[in-house]
Amino acid sequence: MKRLTLSVLAMSLLAGWAHAETVTVYSSRNEQLIKPLFDAYTKETGVEVKVLTDKEGPLLARLQAEGSNTPADMLITVDAGNLWQASNMGLLKTFNSKVVNENIPAHLRDPRGQWTGLSVRARTMVYNPSLIKAEQLSTYEDLADPKFKGKLCLRTSKKVYNQSLVGMMIAQHGEAKTEQVVRGWVANLATDVFADDTKLIEAVAAGQCAVGIVNTYYLGRILDKLPADKREAYPAKLFWANQKTNGVHVNISGAGITRFAKNEAGALKLIEWLSSDKAQNLYADKDLEFPANPKIKADVIVSSWGPFKQNLINMAKAGELQGKAVQLMDRAGYK
Amino acid sequence: MSKHSWRGAVLALPIALLTLIPLLVVLASFLHPQPEIWAHLGQYVLPDVLRNTAILLFGVGFGVLLLGVPLAWLTAVCEFPGRRWLSWALMLPLAMPAYVLAFVQVGLLDFTGPVQTLLRELTGDSSWFPRIRSTGGVVLVLTLAFYPYVYLLARNAFLTQGKRALEAAQMLGYSRPAGFWKVALPMARPWLIGGLTLALMETLADFGTVSVFNFDTFTTAIYKSWFSLFNLTAASQLASLLVLFVLVLVLVEQRARGARAYHGRIVAAERIVLTGWARPAATLFCLAVLAMAFVIPLLQLLVWAYSVLATDLDARYWGFTLRSMLISLAAALVVSVLALVLVLLQRHYASRATRLTVQLATLGYAVPGTVLAVGVFVPIAWLDNLLLPYAHALGYEGFQILKGSVAVMLLALGARFMAVAFQPLESAMQRVSRNQEDAARSLGLSNRQLTWRLHLPMLRGGALTAVLMCFVDVMKEMPITLMTRPFGWETLAVRVFEMTSEGMWANAALPSLMIVLTGLLPVILLVRKAE
Repeated sequence: MKRLTLSVLAMSLLAGWAHAETVTVYSSRNEQLIKPLFDAYTKETGVEVKVLTDKEGPLLARLQAEGSNTPADMLITVDAGNLWQASNMGLLKTFNSKVVNENIPAHLRDPRGQWTGLSVRARTMVYNPSLIKAEQLSTYEDLADPKFKGKLCLRTSKKVYNQSLVGMMIAQHGEAKTEQVVRGWVANLATDVFADDTKLIEAVAAGQCAVGIVNTYYLGRILDKLPADKREAYPAKLFWANQKTNGVHVNISGAGITRFAKNEAGALKLIEWLSSDKAQNLYADKDLEFPANPKIKADVIVSSWGPFKQNLINMAKAGELQGKAVQLMDRAGYK
Repeated sequence: MSKHSWRGAVLALPIALLTLIPLLVVLASFLHPQPEIWAHLGQYVLPDVLRNTAILLFGVGFGVLLLGVPLAWLTAVCEFPGRRWLSWALMLPLAMPAYVLAFVQVGLLDFTGPVQTLLRELTGDSSWFPRIRSTGGVVLVLTLAFYPYVYLLARNAFLTQGKRALEAAQMLGYSRPAGFWKVALPMARPWLIGGLTLALMETLADFGTVSVFNFDTFTTAIYKSWFSLFNLTAASQLASLLVLFVLVLVLVEQRARGARAYHGRIVAAERIVLTGWARPAATLFCLAVLAMAFVIPLLQLLVWAYSVLATDLDARYWGFTLRSMLISLAAALVVSVLALVLVLLQRHYASRATRLTVQLATLGYAVPGTVLAVGVFVPIAWLDNLLLPYAHALGYEGFQILKGSVAVMLLALGARFMAVAFQPLESAMQRVSRNQEDAARSLGLSNRQLTWRLHLPMLRGGALTAVLMCFVDVMKEMPITLMTRPFGWETLAVRVFEMTSEGMWANAALPSLMIVLTGLLPVILLVRKAE
């Protein structure tokens, strides 16, 4: 108790130029998306958050090489696959938080309790209404039908979002059926696969293809740059896929506590805070994603697409089946 | 010399270890065979990527010579309108990161870009327009991005002997074109090979550019194994094969070069004044290359940067720019000095062992950046883990000693960019003849005096080129900077990474533009000095 009083005293004395407590974060979510959150957290709690950004691959290699001497308390990624892999490599630690369990739906959390989603990245269709009617669209699987020949645009299979999508299809339909679907997609392509979602949406808008599969926030970013009254007329429209079947494929951006965290309690508090009402909007809206906490309303552009049914298979499957999905797409000639 | 055959190698080894240790970490992956992944890659991935990589190497190799050599010849030996400013302006594309050039060119020339959109508005059809996202497109962009290596080095060669070689050839009865092909060009061979080596090594290591085109190369297979199949071991094995391939190429070239001599007297010669149609043609050719490789992408960057200026530009940019300049300058100086030592050792101890050690030191440039970054990080983290218990016993509270220190960052960058400093210096050394050394010795100069009074003065041009190219390359470098930087050490390149990692290309334009502009300073300063 005495120590606590002392440290509180010290903290108030030193406030302004030094922080008594620090949480160190390795993050592949980029700096301008998370820094504002951490600044808000520091302002509210006095806890300093140090961030180091890099791609997921190097961050995991780094955690592994540092072992028990890692300065990192927490890992943030922008997909479930890499959190699953971090957990698989023994780089994360199990945590059990009532707050997180209440805030975040179960399918967005690791069944083993080593990581949790903090925002939802939905992957669905965009279409050009002058080339195709919404009534003609239904599911991802249906896009393999020959009626879409020469009408489909896809992003490269090297992007993790497509690997998760195909991984989830494997979970649902098995490998044989999924491979058929992917082969059908490839046969229906209007042009070479794209390197990024933004270019793909622009291609749909320009009429190079009628329909494509993208993450919604890329469309959100394009609409966000337009004046509010021009958004309705933008020639690429969003369509919620698989609403009559298993729901839209979602991925997450999420976080876990590192196995050798020096400030485990601090990292947990930060994760709980990030899952809370206060932080969820800031976390998701910065990038026009969906809050993982279903009680929170999304940004106005994002809400304008209306409610949708999510696929409820646990996100851990995306990581588990990623390798299979990649190999399947290689076999099917999906570049 | 033979009695010293090991001494040179031993002296060069500490510098070579900078590169060798990370390479050995990568090579150690073979201790854990990955038969399943290899079976999959062998059947579905490698056939395509090997073919693509071969096409790319030939295409880019041919392309950079096709642009670099004539441009160098024109600006070094001939006289035509605009020659003076074009001779340095043509180096500017060096400051333009290849992936930025790729993104801009694809953005402009693809179906949804302004060119094809305009065509459709005017004629209703743009389907005849050549596809930019194609093999030809990726070869074109990499050629435009990497020709300055050949241009810079070939120019050094032609400036120091081009005109004289041509005159000598003419006295022997050759016509002017024959003199160029039979004498001037062969005399420039070490420079051409040096520039070509850099361009091809960077092509092999490139990931950013080819992924904008979604063009699958050997490097794509490396990253697919690592990032998509979560198998860093298999990725390292593939990367090792890449390094071995480059090593074999380098050694074969060395052997072919053999004992030929490339030195000559440096005399300021009169320029060949172009006449008739050749005058405007030379200017136009230079302008066209400059426009495609630099001016057009620069304008696009300006437009994008302007659109995000109000929201993105803040006081932190002073810090980003300052840190970028500091680390680039420091790294360029460190790497160039180390490369200079290697070149001098290779001259003083001309043995096969020395040459091999020196060549090994330059291999880091052919390794995909992120793989090398891990190779660098693993031994540093290992050392830190070894030292930390003692440091903690002494009351140290942190968890990083070497990790995240600027010194380690400089050494890691050294491992990557040794080749960039080495090639121009080594070529310049070819100009110092054994006769000159013998003459100097007969005047009573010791080996040390020989270095100070003969070698170093003659290497000045090469050293300037080395520092310049390293500075600009470090400025653009991302993976090693990301992996070894101290907490909070944000540079312009880190900024570019933050934006491009989420596909925010317009926002990435601002730091990219700053990289280009900052890169211009040394280009202009150094080039003026070198003239």
